[in-house]
Amino acid sequence: MKSLVIKDLHANIGEREIIKGLSLEIECGKIHAIMGPNGSGKSTLSKVIAGHPDYTVTSGEVLMDGENILGMAPDERARKGIFLAFQYPMEVPGVTIANFLRAAVSARLPEGEELEATEYYQRLYEKMDLLEMDRSFTARSVNEGFSGGEKKRCEILQMAMLEPKYAILDETDSGLDIDALRIVSHGVNVLRSPDRGMLLITHYQRLLDYIVPDVIHVMVAGKIVMSGPKELALELESKGYDWLTEEEPAPAV
Amino acid sequence: MSIPLFTDEPVRAAARQLFKSLPMPGRLDEAWRFADTKALDMSPFEAMPAPIDGDPARFVKRSRGLTETAGKMIFANDQLLSREVLDASLAQKGVIWKPLEIAAAEHPELFAKHFMAHGAPLGSEKFAALHAASVKTGTFLYVPRGVEIDLPIEVFHWLSGEKNSSFPHTLLIAEANSKVTLVDYFTGAQPDASGLAVGFNDLYVGEGAQLNYVCVQNWSLQTLAIQVNNTVVGANASAKSLNVNLGARYARNESASQLIGEGGRSDMLSVTVADGDQVFDQRTFQDHLAPGAFSDLLYKNALDGGARTIFAGMIKVEPDAHRTDAYQKVRNLLLSDNAEANSMPGLEILADEVRCSHGATSGQIEPEELFYLLARGISKNNAQRLLVQGFLQEAIDRIGNPALAEKLGEIMRAKFGN
Repeated sequence: MKSLVIKDLHANIGEREIIKGLSLEIECGKIHAIMGPNGSGKSTLSKVIAGHPDYTVTSGEVLMDGENILGMAPDERARKGIFLAFQYPMEVPGVTIANFLRAAVSARLPEGEELEATEYYQRLYEKMDLLEMDRSFTARSVNEGFSGGEKKRCEILQMAMLEPKYAILDETDSGLDIDALRIVSHGVNVLRSPDRGMLLITHYQRLLDYIVPDVIHVMVAGKIVMSGPKELALELESKGYDWLTEEEPAPAV
Repeated sequence: MSIPLFTDEPVRAAARQLFKSLPMPGRLDEAWRFADTKALDMSPFEAMPAPIDGDPARFVKRSRGLTETAGKMIFANDQLLSREVLDASLAQKGVIWKPLEIAAAEHPELFAKHFMAHGAPLGSEKFAALHAASVKTGTFLYVPRGVEIDLPIEVFHWLSGEKNSSFPHTLLIAEANSKVTLVDYFTGAQPDASGLAVGFNDLYVGEGAQLNYVCVQNWSLQTLAIQVNNTVVGANASAKSLNVNLGARYARNESASQLIGEGGRSDMLSVTVADGDQVFDQRTFQDHLAPGAFSDLLYKNALDGGARTIFAGMIKVEPDAHRTDAYQKVRNLLLSDNAEANSMPGLEILADEVRCSHGATSGQIEPEELFYLLARGISKNNAQRLLVQGFLQEAIDRIGNPALAEKLGEIMRAKFGN
């Protein structure tokens, strides 16, 4: 069975350990959600999987369909099928969405093959319609001057165009009003597929009303401390996270 | 008694004499600070452009500009190869678009008034004299009062052959309330041939007129290139100029803009892609002579390898130029530890109620920005190229012509592709 497997992962930023022996398996076709308090290492996990150079993996493995990706450069991981929807997407002044995505889509073509422009735009417009994005967005610089909601829609647009095998959505709900949340969630739900696994990282239960996960994990202090069905989210919503941290207090950050 | 022309031998002899008598710039000249003046040795080059050998059609074929233009002239080694005439309706309205020497003979009074009338205020007097002694041709464009030319006009200058020289000249007069866009392409025919190019521009923008001027400098990488640009901006007129600097071993660019009328506006834009051991030496002058005028300079340099840029800019607000707005911004993007950007912004304010600012910054590609592109599967090389183009795009977009911006992007990508 195809899956993204994280095995006893330990990762540092500088000398400080943030991920402390985390294990998780995201099966193709499933949506997993990770919830947890601030500072538990949720965003770090997403960046480690994507290959951010600031983090050092000290032990453990991340296997995509059986292949260890930790030795790969971030761009190679992405071309193999990893996608990270950023919590804070970067502004890229002077690079239009059309050119940015064209470069990303072209990077996935076999050597020597050129992107067919008409088809590319057709597909781009189709995905933009799905996310209720005005077509004028193609000529705008990536994320520059975008509202919070526009940035998150742009992340999902990229996911829709790049069709990853495994997508990690880091706090995609943060900074969204209810309309934007509905549009973004719809975009994600459309991309749900038997050929794709997803990991939603969120602080709030709200997102999970719109994108219903198969499994929920609770992350505290760099580890998964509890996993369960979607109803777990409601329990966390009413009880908060404190009861989970009593046995193992989170280190001061 | 007839007016002397630049083609007259006594005029050229006097210029030659002046060139000889003026000293070579030295290390101690303030106008040449930071420049390696040894790079200015002209002795290897032909004193006069040698004619092209072989079939001129190959240059015409290689002169690929915009799809839609109002007119096109192509020169190689200061020899006219091709000229697409303007639309008949424009000629009827009195637009004059001719090779320089022909226009000079037909309109000596305009040349007497405007041709090289402002000299070289930023240090290249000696090379201006050389230009005057050696210029054979170029373009003359006269746009009468109220005439608007919607499509750009293009001029190609090729420099072909080893140790050859070229002295391109553009004289443009946009009369009151006229509108025009002119693009000069300077290109080396062989990428590694050494050469000398000493170019000169006179741009006059009359009251309420709008000029867009773009110069794409893509001489061969062994060229010594000196370019002097003088722009005069009238009341309520707008002059936007963009220099795209790609070629040459050492390229000196002196751009002066005189704001002589109230409410005039000058946008001085430049993008430079420097790599290898290229040196781009940029000197600018925003000269506010009239009250209530506006000038805005934006120079963007991307430097890789062991390349170097020098920027020295002066904003001068003359005593009567009250209510001046003048801005000057230089941004350097350093892609290599060996690249070096020198910036010397300057201000001299002699009037009241003036708003001026200047600033120069140097930075590198933001690691988080790079990671964002990598995380989308874009290779590191391509990601850097995209980010450099993005960095330069701000200045290109200010010209406000998407087709032209696309063309310039294409020309720049060809340099990145090397």
